[in-house]
Amino acid sequence: MAMIEIKSISKWFGQFQALKECTTQVDKGEVVVVCGPSGSGKSTLIKCVNALEPIQQGEIIVDGIRVNDPKTDLPKLRSLVGMVFQHFELFPHMTVLDNVSLGQVKVLGRKPDEAAENSKKLLHRVGLSHHAHKHPGQLSGGQQQRVAIARALAMNPICMLFDEPTSALDPEMINEVLDVMVELAQEGMTMMVVTHEMGFAKKVAHRVIFMDAGAIVEDDKKEEFFGSPRSERAQQFLSKILHH
Amino acid sequence: MLSGFDFSVITASLPFIREGLLFSVKLTVIAMTGGIIFGTLLAMARLANLGPLSLAATWYVNLMRSIPLLMVILWFFLVIPLITGTPIGAENSAIVTFTAFEAAYYSEIMRAGIQSIPKGQVWAGYAIGMNYWQTMGNVVLPQAFRNMLPILLTQTIILFQDTSLVYAIGAKDLLKAAEIAGKNYNRPVEMYVFAAIIYFVICFGLSYIVKRLQQRIAIIR
Ligand SMILES: Nc1ncnc2c1ncn2[C@@H]1O[C@H](COP(=O)(O)OP(=O)(O)O)[C@@H](O)[C@H]1O
Ligand SMILES: [Mg+2]
Repeated sequence: MAMIEIKSISKWFGQFQALKECTTQVDKGEVVVVCGPSGSGKSTLIKCVNALEPIQQGEIIVDGIRVNDPKTDLPKLRSLVGMVFQHFELFPHMTVLDNVSLGQVKVLGRKPDEAAENSKKLLHRVGLSHHAHKHPGQLSGGQQQRVAIARALAMNPICMLFDEPTSALDPEMINEVLDVMVELAQEGMTMMVVTHEMGFAKKVAHRVIFMDAGAIVEDDKKEEFFGSPRSERAQQFLSKILHH
Repeated sequence: MLSGFDFSVITASLPFIREGLLFSVKLTVIAMTGGIIFGTLLAMARLANLGPLSLAATWYVNLMRSIPLLMVILWFFLVIPLITGTPIGAENSAIVTFTAFEAAYYSEIMRAGIQSIPKGQVWAGYAIGMNYWQTMGNVVLPQAFRNMLPILLTQTIILFQDTSLVYAIGAKDLLKAAEIAGKNYNRPVEMYVFAAIIYFVICFGLSYIVKRLQQRIAIIR
């Protein structure tokens, strides 16, 4: 069953076409990795899924909800879709606990102490129980990104989007974030993950999408993608990131 | 000259001066609070793509910033009674005028503050399902306000000094009180010097606070 359907979408920034008739889908419980060179449109593609960026052509459907229908309640839709950003985007003026609680209180209407209880559980889950009272600036990059994952999970999302969650991290912190993501994947979370961590892809992805210049060039089962990608661009790209 | 300086008139007129000072402070606090709130709304209207509303906000800010304050004070004093139908008094007229006028300046500060917040913060607010107002209120404005606090306060110091212009419509502020007391005791020099010292002490004190604040904010970042 499709959780995210992307149907022939195109997007322009002014004259520049950032997405060219992209079509794919992510089934319930599926983990799809999106890779491709910088500027190929990966971030733009996943921002379109929760309507942080509007599209000009095509259609996106998330759990049966038409994202680009003007009648769609976008805040409601977005609360169902968790998102994790490259640069964490925690709220720097709030404690870690308040970062995780904010959406629960403002969007889900939970009582503050009830939300705090739940936030503590989530922080425990990502291994950050002892940092609840700190501000994001006092944490390492890896810790901040785990808080960001907890913040997204606090909304009980039906699927999760990740935009290069480890590429702003020092190498020694990448695994602590990937471990949390692997666990999520193994619990059956539907995930669309922009990443160049091919180890992660090999371990938990079901499919790999390769993008180039705004188009989806490859969309294969993981085994096929790593076995023998059809396009030359993807082969070049793979050999570059696997051998350095 | 100091030998002829009569300190007794200052003590004698203290209660009167105090009343004038209180009005100057009240005017400053109300115009600051109202100006920041109204100014923030103007800034939001300008930054959101709201068509005519954004345009109106832009015009309002540019208009207010292009007319001398003294003219606005006189103008409002004449026009407000025409709208309300009854005279509202020099003091109330001053409060309305300063709030409306300062809003334009605070709006420019808040606009810069809002623009200083990375777009990713807005995305993060939207991504957990908050709407525009929730994202502004919980994520963008608190940070913008904190970043701009020293500049907002500096503007307030200027505002406090500018409140002395209301003597033109006869509102009883610190300057007007000093003028009246000076006339009554026939000691204008003493009273103007005294008023100047009060303005100086308050503005200098506030400037010092701003400087300390700037250092603290620099450390937090
Ligand atoms: N807000 C924007 N305005 C104009 N161009 C943009 C904007 N965001 C992205 N782009 C352009 O769209 C293309 C795809 O960007 P992006 O999706 O960020 O790529 P990727 O995430 O794959 O590196 C790039 O060429 C980028 O310069
Ligand atoms: Mg990107």
